[in-house]
Amino acid sequence: MSFFDLNGTLKPLTALKQFGKKPHTISYPKESKEAADRYRGLHYNNLEECIGCGNCSTICQNAAIDMIHIEGIEGKKGDSGLRPRVDNGRCCWCALCVEVCPTGSLSLTKDYIFVSENPDDFLWIPGVDNPGGKENISFYSTKEISLNDFQRVPMPELEGKERVKSFAEVVLGYNEEQARAEASRCISCGICTEVCPDHMHIPEYINAIASGNDADAVRIIYDNNPLPEMCGKVCTRRCEEVCAIATRGEAVAIRWLKRYATETAATADITREIVNPEIREPNGKTVGIIGAGPSGLTAAYYLALRGYDVTIYEANAKAGGATMYGIPKYRFPIESLDKQIDYIQSIGVKIHFNTKVGKDISFKEIYDKYDAVFMGVGFPDAWPLGVEGDDAEGSMQAFRFLYMINSGEKVDIGDKVVVVGGGNVAIDAARVSRRLGAEVTILYRRRVEDMPADWEEIEGAEDEGVNIVPQGIPVKIHKDENGRVKAVEYLKAEMVPDDKGGRPRPKPIEGSNTIIEATAVMAAIGQMGDYSFLPEEFTEKIKIERGRFVVNEKQQTGDPKVFAGGDAVNRTADAISAIADGFRACKAIDEMLSKK
Amino acid sequence: MREKATTLYIGPQHPGITGNMMVKVKVEGDTIVEARTEVGYLHRAFEKLQERRNWLQSFTLLCRFCVPEPDPVEESYARAVEMLEGRQVPERAKYIRVLMLELARMGSYLLWYGGQNGSLGLYTMGQWSVGDRNYILDLFEELTGGRVYHMYIWPGGVRRDLPEGFADKVLRTMDYFEKRLKDYDDLMFENTIFQKRTQGVGVIPKEKAVEWGVVGPVLRGCGIRSDIRIDDPYEVYDKLDFEVPTAEGGDIWARALVRRQEIRQSIRIIRQVIEKMPAGDYYNRIPNPHKWALPKGDAYARTEATRGEVGMYIVSDGSTRPRRTHFRGAAYVHAVSLLEKILVGENVADISAIMNSLGTCPPEIER
Repeated sequence: MSFFDLNGTLKPLTALKQFGKKPHTISYPKESKEAADRYRGLHYNNLEECIGCGNCSTICQNAAIDMIHIEGIEGKKGDSGLRPRVDNGRCCWCALCVEVCPTGSLSLTKDYIFVSENPDDFLWIPGVDNPGGKENISFYSTKEISLNDFQRVPMPELEGKERVKSFAEVVLGYNEEQARAEASRCISCGICTEVCPDHMHIPEYINAIASGNDADAVRIIYDNNPLPEMCGKVCTRRCEEVCAIATRGEAVAIRWLKRYATETAATADITREIVNPEIREPNGKTVGIIGAGPSGLTAAYYLALRGYDVTIYEANAKAGGATMYGIPKYRFPIESLDKQIDYIQSIGVKIHFNTKVGKDISFKEIYDKYDAVFMGVGFPDAWPLGVEGDDAEGSMQAFRFLYMINSGEKVDIGDKVVVVGGGNVAIDAARVSRRLGAEVTILYRRRVEDMPADWEEIEGAEDEGVNIVPQGIPVKIHKDENGRVKAVEYLKAEMVPDDKGGRPRPKPIEGSNTIIEATAVMAAIGQMGDYSFLPEEFTEKIKIERGRFVVNEKQQTGDPKVFAGGDAVNRTADAISAIADGFRACKAIDEMLSKK
Repeated sequence: MREKATTLYIGPQHPGITGNMMVKVKVEGDTIVEARTEVGYLHRAFEKLQERRNWLQSFTLLCRFCVPEPDPVEESYARAVEMLEGRQVPERAKYIRVLMLELARMGSYLLWYGGQNGSLGLYTMGQWSVGDRNYILDLFEELTGGRVYHMYIWPGGVRRDLPEGFADKVLRTMDYFEKRLKDYDDLMFENTIFQKRTQGVGVIPKEKAVEWGVVGPVLRGCGIRSDIRIDDPYEVYDKLDFEVPTAEGGDIWARALVRRQEIRQSIRIIRQVIEKMPAGDYYNRIPNPHKWALPKGDAYARTEATRGEVGMYIVSDGSTRPRRTHFRGAAYVHAVSLLEKILVGENVADISAIMNSLGTCPPEIER
């Protein structure tokens, strides 16, 4: 190559041909550059859809998102009341917050220019500070794309046809692999903890299961629930209703996971070994408890751990209350209950069985003997149907029916059973009747979707061949010549909107009378308390209103020495609320007696 | 008679240095007699940070290893995680990944055009190529939502599928570049100034290149055919037809020729990818990231970037976070140890040109 290369000197000059061509750039702000349809710009949050679970804040490693209270949004069931605030000075627009948002409320927009002299202005509450962002949403996550696991690991169950042959447990339980997979779906937001009456440490024990530490899970569970296997099998699980994952998918199977963890402790001894509870030295104080149901057992267990001498008086031959006598064994086998009762007894709780207060021992005696008394007496009686012919032979209360079956007694129900009601007791009675070989019809006033029973129970009943007749109101029970139930007559109902804004009400249609043949009718329309054991001298202080004891936030009745919990106190009437009552009462009793 | 040596400090803030690092040179007259590189201005401890992030959160750091071409780092990490976990990647995702990687290669080389020419005072070329690079960035923006930090290739596949009409847009952009590259040749390779400033400058002896750990286009510029895409194919490179260009000489000129050819090969690959890309899933979804644990073990995955081999080594103790990660980048070898060797005997005015020709990326050196 010579020093002067003509070609090499002239070729670069061809650049001149670019003169006059349209430039690549745009001249902002005269022209604006619209971002792509998928652009990751400033955040927008749909405040209505957001439940304040905080998963966005957890995943953000720039600490750009914090959860704060904002005016006008109150926490409620299934909503923490918090909303994300984004520090746009820290955000790197990776949009992982969007990918993990279980509700899909958080998204990024096409907006990318924000100028301010004040550094504080860069702290934004998406959706509040940029309501217009809704029109510009560009990067969002659909259910299909989302990094949340919306599909639950299916629970292995017996086939419907197999089930009705025996009282064998229907739900088979997760194995280890299934439990780990299911536990891994949890995002640890803790919204469940808030609605659990007992505020169990749900994210913590699920975390333990997910990371393979089942023993840790058991210990965490026993922190405030001494009957976890029962809850693991039959809890009404309000936690799952509010699960953040359930906003767009299937809730994490919190109940089944608890069941899995507790089943890893196969016997009372192993439970004791794993939980390894710290039992304090006896403090010389005594507590008497009436009723060995969930609330009484809970109070007893935690009081015993705190060094109290605890004695339970139970009218029946076995402990467990309604969970022993009201829940069918295919849902909650007796061995499972026994294991937990044995464990509770093993730490020093004394239980006097077959001792009915008011008959075998007076309330006064217990009141005088102990430093504090807890009443967990439950609702032992059921409402009668209250229609014409109610007194026929074969017309009974479902709750009573379940009690007798669970006590091992025989009940003559014939081969055609009609159960009236839509709650769990109705479903239980129906499914038990199926197992006794009867054809079963459930008659319910409202629609199937209005049934207060657990949806899994309703599905289970249908699988087992239970016939559900919704919108039917019984008006008469026909008897045969021997005074036995022959048929049930009911009116069809139409649903009319409630004037007070409640759920639609059933209104009977005149002349729609229909008759179903029946050999037995079971009323499952509610239970009530029996407070005859309380002498009059006490009922002045221990007030009973609308069929329930009146207690303060510490479960204390009008008599400072007497506490109460369980179905006889709270309206929710489920085991976990009873356990919560027992736990609260334990703390209050401890507080009261340790001051003395 | 030996002249007295003077010490010059070039960087850390210097337009000729592509990032923040310093080259301390001793010169006699204009000639360098000793060169020492000094880094430490950009250390952000990414590898350490990854240890306290879960396997997914780690991924958002990766694009910051090398801003001009972040995708090979994401690719290496994603593939290492997939290796360790045994996670399958859908075929479509593999094609999309190759599309991303090749677009990134083009984008990176277009930026290099600017740097290489800018270091020689030929600024027009840089304005053109960086302007044209925006067409690539437009594609990135449409596909990933980000122009520079894509955060797109992640374990299990890619984050989103191709938007509607995207393939056509890619092809149109490729058409544009095929025409446009001719202008670059006129302005750069045909230019006497460029030729004279690059030929015989910054020479890496062929017999030393492998010994010194030189990789990528720099090694290919020494006449040695080596490319991970061919030698250890990943994704779908083994199903694509392309060449690995080499050039003899080991100087800036040879390295420039290699890069010039590679852009054309990238266009060739991208056209094939668009043609062969199957329909189907683009993502094999990972579980809930907060509880996503990888099995105990380690894995190393490497990817051919424009700087050479970039690899990610990850160690898992079976938990939801990396026990340790280590990133292996070509820039460390090229711009620290190699640069110190080949600067000796060169002219001070060529330091910047030599650094650019080695694919120097200080943020990648330090991480």
